[in-house]
Amino acid sequence: MTYARRALAVAWKDLVVERRSKETLNALLFFSLALLFVFQFALGPDRERLAAVLPGLLWLGFILSGVLGLGRAFLVERENDCWEALQLTPGDKSAIYLGKLAGSLVLMAVVETLVLALFVLFFNVDLGPALPGLALVIGLGTVGIAAVGTLFAAMTTQVRARELLFPVLLLPVLVPVLLGTVKATEALLLREPLAAVAHWLQLLVAADVIYLAIGLLTFDFILEG
Amino acid sequence: MTTLLGWLAGLGLVAGLVMGFGVAPREVTQGNVQRIMYLHVPAVWVAYLTFTVGFAASIAYLAGRRPGADRLAHAACEVGTVFLGVNIATGAIWGKPTWGTWWTWDARLTSVAVVFVMFLAYLLLRGAIEDHERGARYGAVLSIVAALNIPLVHFSVYWWRTLHQPPSLLKPGSSTMPRVILTALLVNFAAQALLGAYFVARRARLLAAEEEALA
Amino acid sequence: MVAVPLIRVVGLVRVFGAQRVLDGVDLDVGAGEAVALLGPNGAGKTTLLKIVATLLRPTRGTATVGGHDCVRQAEAARAILGVVAHGAHVYEDLTARENLAFWLRMGGHAADRDALAGALADVDLERHADARVRTFSAGMRRRLALARLTLTQPRVLLLDEPFAGLDQRARKWLEGRLETFKAGGGAVLMATHSFGRELGVADRLAILAGGRMALDTPRAGLDPQDVQRLYVAHTEEAS
Repeated sequence: MTYARRALAVAWKDLVVERRSKETLNALLFFSLALLFVFQFALGPDRERLAAVLPGLLWLGFILSGVLGLGRAFLVERENDCWEALQLTPGDKSAIYLGKLAGSLVLMAVVETLVLALFVLFFNVDLGPALPGLALVIGLGTVGIAAVGTLFAAMTTQVRARELLFPVLLLPVLVPVLLGTVKATEALLLREPLAAVAHWLQLLVAADVIYLAIGLLTFDFILEG
Repeated sequence: MTTLLGWLAGLGLVAGLVMGFGVAPREVTQGNVQRIMYLHVPAVWVAYLTFTVGFAASIAYLAGRRPGADRLAHAACEVGTVFLGVNIATGAIWGKPTWGTWWTWDARLTSVAVVFVMFLAYLLLRGAIEDHERGARYGAVLSIVAALNIPLVHFSVYWWRTLHQPPSLLKPGSSTMPRVILTALLVNFAAQALLGAYFVARRARLLAAEEEALA
Repeated sequence: MVAVPLIRVVGLVRVFGAQRVLDGVDLDVGAGEAVALLGPNGAGKTTLLKIVATLLRPTRGTATVGGHDCVRQAEAARAILGVVAHGAHVYEDLTARENLAFWLRMGGHAADRDALAGALADVDLERHADARVRTFSAGMRRRLALARLTLTQPRVLLLDEPFAGLDQRARKWLEGRLETFKAGGGAVLMATHSFGRELGVADRLAILAGGRMALDTPRAGLDPQDVQRLYVAHTEEAS
């Protein structure tokens, strides 16, 4: 099926380029590390205060790295007229959206795993039995962030002041995802069962479905020019 | 047609003011300040109504590419943002004497603020795109995302905090509001809706004139 | 019976904000013909090419490729189009082979090793097949872009400054390729800045100035000085 082949080609291309240039991954990892220091210094050594805001900090880290990384999603296409060449490819352009999304998800998964590990180390968090539930919440939240982020990245690629416009567009839209993930993470870290955060999980799933649907249905219009 | 709309809106506003400041009863604990509710509450209903119109117009534009649909979407989103601004401002004016603070992070205020910022970003995007046709396309996609995000924002924020009065109008069963207050609210809603429609029509006309001047 | 020209542009207008970049342009390019599009910077050459390439919508007027309208039948037009923009559509960190494989897959074609090797050999790049494009010269990148066209077999070629940055050998190679393409019945529209020997491949010259077609004339019998004179005359007129 050529749709799947094209989506996979885009994802593969992005991951190979990233692996060879290492531009984005390195920058994101160092950025996350710097954020950790900033959080620690801004909030002081009080262990209990840190523990209370930990879920918020974690997701701040995820979302800010996401904004940085996703904002660059179509940067490589801007060079050498590759964006135009993509516009000229036949068939449903949403395959390109899906491929970009998949590549971004892999990248974000790597960054988030490392950030989580750093959090556990620096702030002495005991994840324990909460880990599977946490992985689910992080997965759902990341899909939402990437789904909107990829769409908006495509939109702002061709616009002046794109580095400023991209976060301004993305952050308000992501408020539901931010609330859902932080609240669910908070509950899970307090060892509450997954069932207690069912409504948040449902919200995240609904958001993911809506954002993915819009992305798939409207990407053609974005790539038109 | 638009002029008629303007006149109707003007009449409606007068009726609304009479209802809100004259006919409706004075609130016992808050005093006359509470009357600002007759501006505050309908404003957000009208805003969400215009965003729905913008949503539909955006889909129509992407489907048919008629410039009229884009102008309607653009105008609707702008006017909606203005009405949200009115809602936020009147909310702050109401809140200061009532709760002692201009702002609190309660569910309703926060949701409206988030939606307000979303649509401000829409206006920013359209301002930043020079090519008119691309602005129309990207604007349509963004307004679709923003409109569909509104219920998600409201649910997430509501579950996050609840300090505001529970929404009495949408409760199943009988309304908890006395009849005269409900009537006053609805009259004001109708008036503001007419005003909103008038603004949208004028704004769309202005957009058409801008396009003609450039082409 | 007169065949519909492979490229037909009628009354094309394109407005950007407050600027009329194209102000009523007509142009025909027939099978086996190559037209060189000349004009000062900002004259609208790239805009015209982009509209014919289905990458931009005109404000008014029509453009058709092989009889297909560029706006309403864009997919059909793209199926017979071969476009090489200035950047050559290459990803710097991929190898030549990987670039070719990617674009072929995106075009819905299979990218098996034999097809790739054949296309690369066709443009004399098989020795560099596994080198990263970052190390390539302008000529090599242009050749890689054309390697893809070897497999997609377009009927219309749109080229933006195809000879820019090429050395003598690469220029001769490209001229030969374009002649072969024309001989096979293809149509070529190329925007160019140079009046040198490479214009030899063009059958007609079209000078775009001030958003209008200032001159559309056969090239035969004109040497580079004549072209220069015509160019100066017509672009000064328009400004």
